[in-house]
Amino acid sequence: MSFPRKTGSPNPMSIKANDVDLFHSASNIALMQLLEQIDILFDTYANEMTNLIEASGIEELCSDLKVGADDVRMLMLAWKMKAKKQGFITQDEWRRGLKALEANSLEKLQRALPALEREVMRPSNFKDFYAFAFRYSLTEERQKTLDIGSICLLLKIVLGSQFRPQVDSFTQYLQMQKEYKVLTFDQWMGFYQFCNEISFPDLNNYDDQLAWPLVLDSFVEWIRQKNN
Amino acid sequence: MTMNERKTIDLEQGWEFMQKGITKLKNILEGLPEPQFSSEDYMMLYTTIYNMCTQKPPHDYSQQLYDKYRESFEEYITTTVLPSLREKHDEFMLRELVKRWSNHKVMVRWLSRFFHYLDRYFIARRSLPALNEVGLTCFRDLVYQELYSKVRDAVISLIDQEREGEQIDRALLKNVLDIFVEIGMGQMEQYENDFEAAMLKDTAAYYSRKASNWILEDSCPDYMLKAEECLKREKDRVSHYLHSSSEPKLLEKVQNELLSVFANQLLEKEHSGCHALLRDDKVDDLSRMYRLFSKIPRGLEPVSNIFKQHVTAEGTALVKQAEDAASNKKADKRDVVGLQEQVFVRKVIELHDKYLAYVNDCFNNHTLFHKALKEAFEVFCNKGVAGSSSAELLATFCDNILKKGGSEKLSDEAIEETLEKVVKLLAYISDKDLFAEFYRKKLARRLLFDKSANDDHERSILTKLKQQCGGQFTSKMEGMVTDLTLARENQTHFEEYLSNNPNANPGIDLTVTVLTTGFWPSYKSFDLNLPAEMVKCVEVFREFYQTKTKHRKLTWIYSLGTCNINGKFEPKTMELIVTTYQASALLLFNASDRLSYSEIMTQLNLTDDDVVRLLHSLSCAKYKILNKEPNTKTISPTDYFEFNSKFTDKMRRIKIPLPPVDEKKKVIEDVDKDRRYAIDASIVRIMKSRKVLGHQQLVMECVEQLGRMFKPDFKAIKKRIEDLITRDYLERDKDNPNTFRYLA
Repeated sequence: MSFPRKTGSPNPMSIKANDVDLFHSASNIALMQLLEQIDILFDTYANEMTNLIEASGIEELCSDLKVGADDVRMLMLAWKMKAKKQGFITQDEWRRGLKALEANSLEKLQRALPALEREVMRPSNFKDFYAFAFRYSLTEERQKTLDIGSICLLLKIVLGSQFRPQVDSFTQYLQMQKEYKVLTFDQWMGFYQFCNEISFPDLNNYDDQLAWPLVLDSFVEWIRQKNN
Repeated sequence: MTMNERKTIDLEQGWEFMQKGITKLKNILEGLPEPQFSSEDYMMLYTTIYNMCTQKPPHDYSQQLYDKYRESFEEYITTTVLPSLREKHDEFMLRELVKRWSNHKVMVRWLSRFFHYLDRYFIARRSLPALNEVGLTCFRDLVYQELYSKVRDAVISLIDQEREGEQIDRALLKNVLDIFVEIGMGQMEQYENDFEAAMLKDTAAYYSRKASNWILEDSCPDYMLKAEECLKREKDRVSHYLHSSSEPKLLEKVQNELLSVFANQLLEKEHSGCHALLRDDKVDDLSRMYRLFSKIPRGLEPVSNIFKQHVTAEGTALVKQAEDAASNKKADKRDVVGLQEQVFVRKVIELHDKYLAYVNDCFNNHTLFHKALKEAFEVFCNKGVAGSSSAELLATFCDNILKKGGSEKLSDEAIEETLEKVVKLLAYISDKDLFAEFYRKKLARRLLFDKSANDDHERSILTKLKQQCGGQFTSKMEGMVTDLTLARENQTHFEEYLSNNPNANPGIDLTVTVLTTGFWPSYKSFDLNLPAEMVKCVEVFREFYQTKTKHRKLTWIYSLGTCNINGKFEPKTMELIVTTYQASALLLFNASDRLSYSEIMTQLNLTDDDVVRLLHSLSCAKYKILNKEPNTKTISPTDYFEFNSKFTDKMRRIKIPLPPVDEKKKVIEDVDKDRRYAIDASIVRIMKSRKVLGHQQLVMECVEQLGRMFKPDFKAIKKRIEDLITRDYLERDKDNPNTFRYLA
């Protein structure tokens, strides 16, 4: 573990060698205290045997944070932690996330959520978050696709606030059609691009001669047929 | 006068002498009685000039003589020539002009000879025009300039009269037009500007008027005849009196007015235009149309378009005819390619022959028309009939020609010819791989059931297919044919083996055909419970085969076997030629008199489909070897079967066919699967070499690569690309999702 050096230079005239040590060790102590508190918080939710926060722990965390389990903010938190597997939080992941948020208590964590939201919604971050959401939802080792049901839920959570009409329409289509039982990562990302680039609901600038995933071609065809 | 001492000739004096000569010349030209110049006369005149030019100044009169030379012409022209021309008109004026010009040329020739010494030194030193030129220029400036427009109009008027059918003096016109040419003195300017331009304009106006009338009154063939005639006459005109350089320009004007301007109206004339001519097979008129329209810019395009439309319509009508005929068929025969479809393919071949002949004969083998024919055939040749694709129809057609007892009974030559034509038709079909698969399946049946009529024909068509579609297309089929040859050899070895090992002999004549798996269509092998007699056969062969190779695995396909079995019926014993499946079923009755459906199925270990089919063939078809209880027309799982000891037929030996399972669905499935692999391979190949490529470009190259075998569906390609992305062969470019990158 490495601690970032605190910036801010003390007055060079008044510093003596031992003062520097004292100063650094003071900031070290503060830092160590922060980490300790983060670890203590971890322990309140973790399973002692596995040293992981598991489903029940997560449920408790959600209720303590007064946030629904399906709330997008939990997903954002997972993203911030760079969590690998849905339903589990390792100690490293916990430390990573809470340190970045500078939250060593439940209240601080709760208060950090709105800022986290804003951070994620920044265009530079959101695409990464969107991609993360898919990968995070994969449960098996070699799994590369997500079933339609999970896709629909995930879309609502992740894009529901920004692109409600598109998400509603697409999920309706996905549930109605029979051809696709799962979606791939490429198709998932394709939908995000679709929301960003294609004017909805007129779809005037959609060109199926381009490399849009076939599922989106079919989706657009379905909408156009409905409108006629 | 002596040579060394010459008396100086005074200008006036000398000129007076010359004038006499000039006057003499004029008289001769005017036709007055005047003796010809003698050589002495000529010498005198020449020498006079010579002397006057070589005298010492101030008596060197070169300049003056040069001027007087020119003035002689001017004077003559002004006083005599012009007046005589001015008083005449039209044709008379033309004749006079020709005469005067001819005279003038003579005058120039003679005078320039007299004054020749000037040509030698004077004109060069002063850079002046030569005597000949001076002479002609006089005529041009004085006569030609004044009269050329009158002359031109007179000539054009005569031309138009000739066009209307009158006889005119062609020699006269030739002479007149020669003046226009000669007066240019090496340049064609006068001819072109002073005559030709106006003549062309008049010609255009003339034909424009004519065409406007003809287009309304005449049918297309009649109009074309007239046009052709006009062009012929105009060409003729050029050769008789116009300058040859006028020909292309003249013909172009005529073609423009007669053809280009009215091209569309002509071609689209209601009852006699291009469509009608094609419909009524008017080959002569069509040839004429080609000849005429090939001369005008882009003239053949509309003709070839109409040709294409016509052929497409004819072909599409054949398709509809076949569809209608097929829909009248009984429902249970729907899936089988029947007689109507055969007739359809025949008719398509005939259609192709007919219109290929048109392309060759009427349309002079022109590429535009080859293209039109090709595009037309591509349109309707890819339409299926009654649920069978054109690929299947063609394959079935070939099968009928190549198999024994096929519906086509033709001579060897006719067969070769027909096969040639079928292969040509294949070029128009986009699903060539589907054809290959159907062909392969049917070839397999012919080879394995000894239904091939003629080995040479089989090889011949494979050669033709190879030429047209490449070696890859036919490699498997060739392998199949070779397998059969090898199998015969192998059989000989097997028989030797048996005679050398009497213990091994199974007691039944056994022939085995070993097939190389990769070449032949895939066959499912079922675990048929063989009758005991046959089990030994299989074992014996297996042992034999071990002696030949140890590295190959044999899989037995009993569904393809045939069996000759003796049926000991009460009336007489008969030989039955059946399939192995049927034989296995019949042999069960050696042990039991009566068997139920389920007993048969269990003992044979086959599927319901197979059992129903084979029992049907033995009890409900032409030959009732088994009696069925109840005696209905179809097999049901509750039926019972008994050996029909009373069965007989007038023949001693009969073949009991087992109708083949319909392979159509499987073939289409197999081809679809192969296409997926082919598209995958193509995409990977392209991306591997290009590394980075845009979506549209990738699709285009893929379609091109695969075009020889089939036309890949745009959506199918997209699907394969997505699949390859998921399998990490490709990825989308981070910045541009329309571009792909190859992942090594």
